[in-house]
Amino acid sequence: MQSPMHSDSTFFSRQGWLSFVVLAAILLLVLPAAFDIFRLNLIGKYLTYAFVALGLVLCWGMGGILSLGQGIFFGLGGYCMAMFLKLEASTPEATKIQSTPGIPDFMDWNQLTELPVWWQPFHSFGFTLVAIIAVPALFAFVIGAAMFKRRVGGVYFAIITQAVAAIMTILIIGQQGYTGGVNGITDLRTLLGWDIRTDDAKLILYFVCAALLLGCVLLAQAINISKFGRLLVAMRDREDRVRFSGYDVSNFKIFIFCLAAAFSAIGGAMFTLQVGFMSPSFVGIVPSIEMVIFCAVGGRLSLFGAVYGALIVNAAKTSFSESFPELWLFAMGGLFIAVVMAFPNGLAGLYREHAEPWLRRLLKRSVARPAVAAAANTAN
Amino acid sequence: MHVSDTEQKDFLLAVEGLTVSFDGFKAVNDLSLYVDENEIRVIIGPNGAGKTTVLDLICGRTRPTDGSIRFSGQELTGMREHEIVHAGVGRKFQNPSIYEDLTVFENLELSFPRGRNVFGALFFRRDAEVRDRVEEVAELIFLKDHLDTEAAILSHGQKQWLEIGMLLIQSPKLLMLDEPVAGMSVGERIKTAELLNTIIRNQSVIVIEHDMKFVEDIAHRVTVLHQGKVLSEGSMERVKHDPKVIEVYLGH
Repeated sequence: MQSPMHSDSTFFSRQGWLSFVVLAAILLLVLPAAFDIFRLNLIGKYLTYAFVALGLVLCWGMGGILSLGQGIFFGLGGYCMAMFLKLEASTPEATKIQSTPGIPDFMDWNQLTELPVWWQPFHSFGFTLVAIIAVPALFAFVIGAAMFKRRVGGVYFAIITQAVAAIMTILIIGQQGYTGGVNGITDLRTLLGWDIRTDDAKLILYFVCAALLLGCVLLAQAINISKFGRLLVAMRDREDRVRFSGYDVSNFKIFIFCLAAAFSAIGGAMFTLQVGFMSPSFVGIVPSIEMVIFCAVGGRLSLFGAVYGALIVNAAKTSFSESFPELWLFAMGGLFIAVVMAFPNGLAGLYREHAEPWLRRLLKRSVARPAVAAAANTAN
Repeated sequence: MHVSDTEQKDFLLAVEGLTVSFDGFKAVNDLSLYVDENEIRVIIGPNGAGKTTVLDLICGRTRPTDGSIRFSGQELTGMREHEIVHAGVGRKFQNPSIYEDLTVFENLELSFPRGRNVFGALFFRRDAEVRDRVEEVAELIFLKDHLDTEAAILSHGQKQWLEIGMLLIQSPKLLMLDEPVAGMSVGERIKTAELLNTIIRNQSVIVIEHDMKFVEDIAHRVTVLHQGKVLSEGSMERVKHDPKVIEVYLGH
């Protein structure tokens, strides 16, 4: 934090670059080397939640805006991608046994005889890519403008995002002719003719996901070190002071909420690609709260913490629910309570308080005795 | 008494017939107040007289029920808070309201009047102009050696100065300070009085204060509020000897 010259803050501190390189190495080298494609695909799925957690660090950790409805945006991004893939999978040849060939199977089952107008643009991949970001961001803008301009914040905002998530789920399930209902949009096969179900495709998609995530980390960091980042912190602590320093606070909140929505949506789209379907079970109240827990466990003030939090909690969820499926929700609740009570800054906070001083001592010693340096590096 | 010269003169701030009622209770009742350029006006009055509410009304935090607030030719009622700031009104709160997690430098920088919209803030550069201005203001508020200090660990008096500095860096035409010397040592009070006297070379100041010694040191004119109305107005000397004022306020 010390910058005696008062030059623009450097992008990352040396510590920050180190963390970034370590994260990149873990995601791009260690994990792909250590796990088979089935596990790696699972990890890729966990990483899609890290996008949401990253958005929450900016929105909630920095800006103090707790959204309990990030599943909405994750889902919207995922559905946009799923709609494109579904249309590609529903060629007239592939669907010739339907009473109306050429439309998605669930539409046919629900007696629809033609593709709804708002599905039409999703034939275009370019449009889909834009929509993945634009639709959730626009929706976040509408919610944000309606709430923040009226100075709705804190708990009330959190409750309203919950309500919107609930409405969204009900809407998707209720309109099954248009959305695939409770099953979601399934049986997705190819992306521009490239089969996404093969092991090779899964490996490539994992790397795409990891690279996008690292890109988002950099973007989030760019915002963190800008004046916008400092304003977020200032707004969180002293909203009135910011307002009476000549800022229209609501615009800043709307922007960061939209950005968090866009991050979530990228995660959602990558989820659809890697898992091969999208359903309302990733949109509603429970998944939205889970996403907040990933962020809280990792550390809501740390971009890196959020990524690790999403990875660790999801890995724990998988292994736990494989052996004790009925206990997982209790464990999750317990974990959240533990975080709030015992370590409010999450794993990142624990790392900063305990591991970092120890590491620093270790590094210092290794500078003094170069022989130890190699050992310390491998330990990292 | 002063009404006769209101028509001829251009006041920096002209508050007329200002009224606000909360569920029928009139916290400010038909209040009129005129502030000149380069004037230090002190508002005093017993608790609940409506002093802070008057500042809230001027800076847009509270909406008036009735009346007008004209500030250098602009009507402020109905403008949004940040627009009032842009018009040139700065407000300091009763409890020091600073960004505790940021350094003194960052606190002042955030108050620098540039890059005040979303994209302006994203692409804001900390250039020489910003640095020079921050250092200039930091010197004025006696915090030049604390630029890298986290604001949370400043003393109470330094926090008060920092918030005053956060207003100064905006170069407002009018500063409104709610109890700026509360919790300050005697030495700090004297320095604050000097600071205010430096400021008014090109700015006007409205101060709410309880400390009578401090009021005597700085006030050009004093307005005494009581139950949302102006009870008395004039020089400290005049106000001090006003029997109405003695009765409700100074007497005990």
